Amino acid sequence: MSTSDPTVDGEAARAVDAPVEFAQRKSLFAHIQHALHVNPTLLPVIILALTVVVFYFATDGKILTGLANKVTLEQTAIVGILAAAQTIIILTAGIDLSIGAVMVLSYVVMGNLAVTYGLPTVPSILLGMLTAMGCGLISGFLVTKIRLPPFIVTLGMWKIVLATVFLYTGSQSIRSQDIDADAPFLKLFGERVDVFGMQLKIMGVPTIWAIVLMVGVFVVMWYVLNRTAWGRHVYAVGDDKDAAELAGVRSDRLLISVYVVGGLIAGIAAWAAIGRVGSISPSSFAEANLDSIAAVVIGGTSLFGGRGAILGTLFGALTVGVLTVGLKLAGADPQWVLFATGWLIISAVALDQWIRRVSA
Amino acid sequence: MSAAPVLTARNLVKRYGRVVALDRADFDLYPGEVLAVIGDNGAGKSTLIKALSGAVQPDAGEINLDGKKVHFGSPIEAREAGIETVYQNLALSPALSIADNMFMGRELRKSGVLGKYFKMLDRGEMERRARAALSDLGLLTIQNIRQPVETLSGGQRQGVAVARAAAFGSRVIIMDEPTAALGVKESNRVLDLIRDVRERGLPIVLISHNMPHVFEVSNRIHIHRLGKRLTTIKPDDFSMSDAVAFMTGAKDPPREALAA
Repeated sequence: MSTSDPTVDGEAARAVDAPVEFAQRKSLFAHIQHALHVNPTLLPVIILALTVVVFYFATDGKILTGLANKVTLEQTAIVGILAAAQTIIILTAGIDLSIGAVMVLSYVVMGNLAVTYGLPTVPSILLGMLTAMGCGLISGFLVTKIRLPPFIVTLGMWKIVLATVFLYTGSQSIRSQDIDADAPFLKLFGERVDVFGMQLKIMGVPTIWAIVLMVGVFVVMWYVLNRTAWGRHVYAVGDDKDAAELAGVRSDRLLISVYVVGGLIAGIAAWAAIGRVGSISPSSFAEANLDSIAAVVIGGTSLFGGRGAILGTLFGALTVGVLTVGLKLAGADPQWVLFATGWLIISAVALDQWIRRVSA
Repeated sequence: MSAAPVLTARNLVKRYGRVVALDRADFDLYPGEVLAVIGDNGAGKSTLIKALSGAVQPDAGEINLDGKKVHFGSPIEAREAGIETVYQNLALSPALSIADNMFMGRELRKSGVLGKYFKMLDRGEMERRARAALSDLGLLTIQNIRQPVETLSGGQRQGVAVARAAAFGSRVIIMDEPTAALGVKESNRVLDLIRDVRERGLPIVLISHNMPHVFEVSNRIHIHRLGKRLTTIKPDDFSMSDAVAFMTGAKDPPREALAA
């Protein structure tokens, strides 16, 4: 057998060593490129840190006070949770333009069932979440079985869901007092964290359950993506769908489940949004669809699928939060938030393209 | 060839509209051999292979595995029966690790509550087995089982795909053009791999356009022409130009070979 032949072994060893030697002669630039490629969460962390540093000077350190941190996190919570859902969908090389509207539909259903129709609160919440999962199921079905592009499917769903919300509610909000009177549990995630007198404080400032929920959603999704077969299949299908199928992944089933899980997370965000906003308004969160995509992209997940990390999305969402709060503290026109976010998105995708070139 | 064949096909027919891709084709694979399948473009060899690996369902004819009639509705069913295929595109996910790729679609879960209710993967065990599968085939030069497949060379990727097939294939391994995209050195490495797998007792079906490679590793050569098996020959008995002549119809196969 030629494997025992020393010359062949030597050759094989040299062939393997060669790229390593080559790597050592690479420029510093290439090293950075490689590090960012191997470690997709690194770039979002750097971007977040830089943003904090910039605003530290721009706001005379006010950005790092407990109050500013609390406000940043609370501002980030809902879009952050939605962005977790958006991440798994984008990882499969899809996109969900409807996710914010689905969340609005979900909380409108929760509020109407619990407040207007007087159903018990917990079943109302569950039915609201089921509605969101139903929207995901329809999107997933259209993407896989009818083979429509996710962009078109969810663009359509966005319009349809939004119209449904306004037709169903007659554009009427449910007032905060009415929720307090009939179904205060709906507002759970707006309450301060207080378990038997134990409060969760951020630098001395008490915070709300929505933050805990956001962190929980990211921890659970990190586990699911990295430690279960389902998560590995999400990456494999996004990376190369045909290859994943040949390797034995049932990609249609997986994709449908991804959109349904996305709907479930949107339903969870819906419950948190009621507490965060206080009232139930069909016209809130109009920007949430695109904000969630922005968080994912700034978080380093590739729109081409298969590459990225869920924690990057958390940092991406926090970056937008720091920008928003920082500019407000610095007394700038709120339009600058959009301006800066726009540039961040473009830069993040440009960087992603550059980093991806390492693999070629 | 006194032993009973592992995998046989009789009178396979597959039509695509008016095109007859398989015209009552036969096929035999014996234990412990490397059987090369060659044929001109359009001869129907890839349809034959797809029928054997479950990717295509023949319109007529039957396939027998270990003497039992089988019907594969999908590649997954063929795999469950012990037939592993190394596809030309390798079916690897470049961004995922070697271990992830080797267990794609058949991951191992931890035992107990963690695996049952939290579906936690047993990454340690998967990495251990992936390393073992690679070292079985002399691929220990791949140091880090967690490195993404895209960081490997073409030959190493082929090695991972072959190791995956060898680790899970219990009856037959089918390789579709395993050397087509490789340089000389890497091709030789893959040919060594094919020999290694055969030494472990697994019969291999090798589809290739590369005559020197076919003659170097195969025990028998199945020549496919016009949708059916024209003949099988032994590489020792004929030259490469004979094989090409049979394949293209420039020369009629010898009588005794036809009977084989």
